[in-house]
Amino acid sequence: MGIFSIFKRGKFSSIIQKVFGKKHAKIGIYGPPNVGKTTLANRILREWTGDIMGSVSDIPHETRRAKWKTNIKIDNGGSSLVMDLVDTPGIATKIDFKEFMNTYGLNKEESRMRAKEATEGVIESIRWLEDIDGVVLVMDATKDPFTQVNVTIIGNLEARNLPILIAANKIDADEASPATLKSAFPQHPVVPISALTGYNTEDLYNTMVKHFGKKRNKKRR
Amino acid sequence: MAKKEKGISFNLISRQKLNDLSSSEKLKYILKEVRQGRILVLEHGLTPTEQTALIENTMKEIDHDTFIGIEMGGYGEEKAGFFQRVFGVIKKPRMTVIGPAHLLKMIHKDNDKIETTIIPGRGVN
Repeated sequence: MGIFSIFKRGKFSSIIQKVFGKKHAKIGIYGPPNVGKTTLANRILREWTGDIMGSVSDIPHETRRAKWKTNIKIDNGGSSLVMDLVDTPGIATKIDFKEFMNTYGLNKEESRMRAKEATEGVIESIRWLEDIDGVVLVMDATKDPFTQVNVTIIGNLEARNLPILIAANKIDADEASPATLKSAFPQHPVVPISALTGYNTEDLYNTMVKHFGKKRNKKRR
Repeated sequence: MAKKEKGISFNLISRQKLNDLSSSEKLKYILKEVRQGRILVLEHGLTPTEQTALIENTMKEIDHDTFIGIEMGGYGEEKAGFFQRVFGVIKKPRMTVIGPAHLLKMIHKDNDKIETTIIPGRGVN
């Protein structure tokens, strides 16, 4: 095999990534409740493995236990990333069972159970932060980006030197403003997407391969 | 003897007081005060790691009848200057407001302003 054939499409970047970067990463999908984390996880899995991660709902805290799938290969044509994908429960600073009753019509028993499980889910999400190599932080592009949960997750990951990719989700909604998210967190890549319709997910996959494939020295706490 | 006024306590906690506490003592102190219905303004806020630990501890304390969690808002960390980076000076978190979620509601937050409202009697009975 001649030296020039190595430089053919795909080979060179693959070698570079093997030498300097990570080929297998554990990636967590994080964010506040109801921003579309499981919808995104389902889309990624459906497109690359034909599987799904879990059920979705308009009621917050539908995902109350972390779920994961291993060995998902994402390819951007030139190089690829093999990852274990973790779909985490939404992180919140408060959980009020009355909200499930008054806003979403659940009965008292269901609401209390959902709230209890949701608190356990938040703890589980936080504990997973210790064990991941990078995060897709899902934000609702129709809402204020400076929530304490977003700021806390970003600050925590920056302190560990872990790569963050912000998925500005729900771009299909009229009131979406991905530019607000980009200006709020200019230090991280922001990719506007609709996990529901699949809009711009190609760009998300390309950015994931590039961003999570880079070599970094993870700081353990 | 003067009659004790009923109302919402708003405590401003000095940088000195916070610096004298370890991370775990700080979190314990904050959660105890907030559980008693007090809103705290910390002159020197929490690090991202402390914030995450505070959320985790809060989740363990939620009992759904008397405490539904916290509302928290703070500015980002101060940007370290060139010499601070060279000499490894840690970036300092800035002012933070923390209160019980049934009393304190965050309205809007950006790089320059944190807008909150206090709602007595909301949420927890």
